[in-house]
Amino acid sequence: MTSPPVRPPEKPAGAPESAPMSVSASIPASRLQRALASDFVYDFTRAPIAIIAGLVVLFLFLVAILAPLVAPTNPFDPASLNLMNGFTPPMQANMFTGESFVMGTDDQGRDLLSAIIYGLRVSLFVGVMSVLLAMGLGVSLGLIAGYVGGWLDNLIMRIADIQLTFPSILIAMLIFGVLRGIIPPDLRDEMAIFVLITAIGLSEWVPFARTVRATTLVEKEKEYVQAARLIGLGRHQIMWRHILPNVLGPVLVIATITLALAIIAEATLSFLGVGAPATEPSLGTLIRIGQDFLFSGEWWILTFPAITLLALALSVNLLGDWLKDTLNPRLK
Amino acid sequence: MTAPLLEVSDLSVEFPQRRQRLQALDRISFTLEAGEVLGFVGESGAGKSLTGAAIMGLLEPPGRITGGRITLQGQRIDGQAESVRGRRIGMIFQDPLTSLNPLRTVGDQLVETIQLHLGMDAGAAAQRAGELLDEVGIDRGRIGAYPHEFSGGMRQRIVIALALAPEPELIIADEPTTALDVSIQAQVLALLRRLCKERGAAVILITHDMGVIAETTDRVAVLYAGRLVETGRTAEVIAAPRHPYTKGLMAATPNLDLVSVDTVLPQIPGSMPSLAALPLGCRFHPRCGDVMPVCRRTAAPFIDGVACHLYGAQTQEAG
Amino acid sequence: MPGGVMMDNAYLQVSGVSRHFDISDPFLARLLTGGARRQLTAVDNVSFSIARGQTYALVGESGSGKSTIARMIVGLERPDSGTIRFDGRTAFDERQGQVQDNSLRQKLQMVFQSPYSSLNPRWRVGDILMEPIRAFDLIADPEARRRRVHELLDQVGLSTQDAQRYPHEFSGGQRQRISIARALASNPQFIVCDEPTSALDVSVQAQVLNLLKQLQRDLQLTYLFISHDMAVVRVMAHRIGVLKNGRLVEENAAGPLIESPQDPYTRMLMESTPRFAGGAASG
Repeated sequence: MTSPPVRPPEKPAGAPESAPMSVSASIPASRLQRALASDFVYDFTRAPIAIIAGLVVLFLFLVAILAPLVAPTNPFDPASLNLMNGFTPPMQANMFTGESFVMGTDDQGRDLLSAIIYGLRVSLFVGVMSVLLAMGLGVSLGLIAGYVGGWLDNLIMRIADIQLTFPSILIAMLIFGVLRGIIPPDLRDEMAIFVLITAIGLSEWVPFARTVRATTLVEKEKEYVQAARLIGLGRHQIMWRHILPNVLGPVLVIATITLALAIIAEATLSFLGVGAPATEPSLGTLIRIGQDFLFSGEWWILTFPAITLLALALSVNLLGDWLKDTLNPRLK
Repeated sequence: MTAPLLEVSDLSVEFPQRRQRLQALDRISFTLEAGEVLGFVGESGAGKSLTGAAIMGLLEPPGRITGGRITLQGQRIDGQAESVRGRRIGMIFQDPLTSLNPLRTVGDQLVETIQLHLGMDAGAAAQRAGELLDEVGIDRGRIGAYPHEFSGGMRQRIVIALALAPEPELIIADEPTTALDVSIQAQVLALLRRLCKERGAAVILITHDMGVIAETTDRVAVLYAGRLVETGRTAEVIAAPRHPYTKGLMAATPNLDLVSVDTVLPQIPGSMPSLAALPLGCRFHPRCGDVMPVCRRTAAPFIDGVACHLYGAQTQEAG
Repeated sequence: MPGGVMMDNAYLQVSGVSRHFDISDPFLARLLTGGARRQLTAVDNVSFSIARGQTYALVGESGSGKSTIARMIVGLERPDSGTIRFDGRTAFDERQGQVQDNSLRQKLQMVFQSPYSSLNPRWRVGDILMEPIRAFDLIADPEARRRRVHELLDQVGLSTQDAQRYPHEFSGGQRQRISIARALASNPQFIVCDEPTSALDVSVQAQVLNLLKQLQRDLQLTYLFISHDMAVVRVMAHRIGVLKNGRLVEENAAGPLIESPQDPYTRMLMESTPRFAGGAASG
């Protein structure tokens, strides 16, 4: 037996029979009040993992956004670099200049803490933008495939199936290679970030499309859609204004998990040398740079960016997982 | 006078939710004699299905029994329903499609139940399964068919056969015909009633349909917002309902013989309160046309088959 | 085979409407088994008419075709043959196909069976009611539109504050009222009520049925009322048509049909309807 549905309280009017009943005369709650009082927030405040993961993610996002204010130096301003600072171990004074750095410096004298902060910025920017691209593309295609059906649905889903047979990293590299070939060489470094975003975004749209399509198939049979058709609304109006708000539920979970994947994908591509360039390095690029020096004793150049990346990806993953578990029964 | 087959005293069921504990059933008490058909009637959310589930030990956690006792033939079964479920108490649910395992033949499911509860060997069990199908009006040649090959009404008959196979003392039927067409409904209910009477099995028939109550049950219990408001012999309660809710429910049900297009159906204003926002005192008082000041403060005790302050005074004067 | 009684001054006229569904096995399966195409006739040559201001009920069990007819009349589905005319204007005929222009659409509305899936759960009630007004461009001024929404809520017995709420904050009966208000928003003349109270409790059903009848009187509405419940139909309808497997087997004014049913199927439906000695007296 399921628990009974909870309904709002009601107050009776005066006379019987003709007297209609309405929901209580209190003022309806604002969106914010409603959100804060919701079960979701309640569950969140009682899940230690979610809270910790959430705080870490929030912290890293803030650091990345406020990079110019937070970082001790700007590691990409050549004028501020002093080559003599190179290879300074963490928390130790440099033997030539006497400066000390919390996380040490890399081979060119860049403060590693600042490099990590700016690198985080790139990683997150690429991660978030590619998820937005994947989400926009996937949700649209899923909605269209589900609502319109027919050959269009078949076409979209077969493309999705084909794409899924390849690992997304390979797809990203393929798209990256093709776009790089198209772009003139002098623009390559500038455009690298956007090419990266496009490549990763295009490789991750399928889960969005599939889930949205499934939910669309269910929603389009519901009577509120028929009511909309009855007043003459066209396909597009129905899809975007009526069905879309109802299929977005699982999208948040998928987006969070895809963010973790995108961050790792970007790091992988950068590590392989085909991602963010050294002039605008992401955490993955820094790891690649650091790898060269790991076995000659300058362990910090690899370790700190790696730990940061680990913390970021793990927190996002844990948050996404928790979201998936919490929201799941309600999606049914 | 023989002891009742089933005795439920002060049964209370709670559902702890995140921020509050919802009291879904509040001190329900009733008895059931062997061979009797008792109807549980109420609207959605009243708690009639929960009562059936509680008796069977099928409350879905976090719901749990928080008070009272349930005894079957003098033996307490609340908290240990597994021993009696299926064998001594059979259950029939609303949806015949999900009550039967779609991957196994009808015969297999019958034989499995028979062997489990009656300990017969395969041959005797198969023979008995065939007999059961005969009794519910299904061609026994179809014993090897799968559930999806039958219509809704026939599936429900198979479910009845399945429930009766272990020779239970009590059958709890939760809205057994709600999903069926009207013409099939009457047949299935008549079948259920006849077979149970023949075997001396008691039936608790849970429904929201007063017409079904009138035609199938011996006694009726009316539930509202988790409380029992009236019980009695069906004919008497229908002819002369006492509780204002029962009266309202009867009046609001359109009776084919009495209404016409000019009828304005008497309606009960408002709707049943949610468990999260129960009124103080009598749970029905906000909707009651005969409400008195005492109703707003305290709920009436259940005396002599009705829980209403209108009758409290009378019984006090008489007793 | 009895057809419906055709009237000259009928508001709605349905003549010889049929609808078939292809239920053949998939092509490859048929190729292998040599099977033929199969068709299910959901609606078979149905004709009836409804006079203005009256309620016509279509009764039948599941599979009788009553919902399909309802959907064809409002234009959600296309008949395979026959004609449908509203107030003399053709909405569908075999040659022209569906003639569903805006002015006709505005006059036809529908109240659906499920209170839970007939309102978009992500829209506020006020927006749900505003949508038909916008779609048909009935009122230009936003302030006047808001007033109209409040007026609609009032007509069905809800409060103006309810415009700010979401459907899940209401009970089943209240949601049906919102559906009725939405149907009224476009100032229709004809409303198809597809089992509007089947999912509601009895005491709430009485409220909704009374509301529908009152609105019919106040606004001179014409109803097509679909149901499987004879007793509900008796309360609502002036005329009743009985459907079995897509065919109209009997049709008559409500009183005579119920008191002396001619067709054996009608008689069977009548007998299967559970009754009891109590219940509403007229008046």
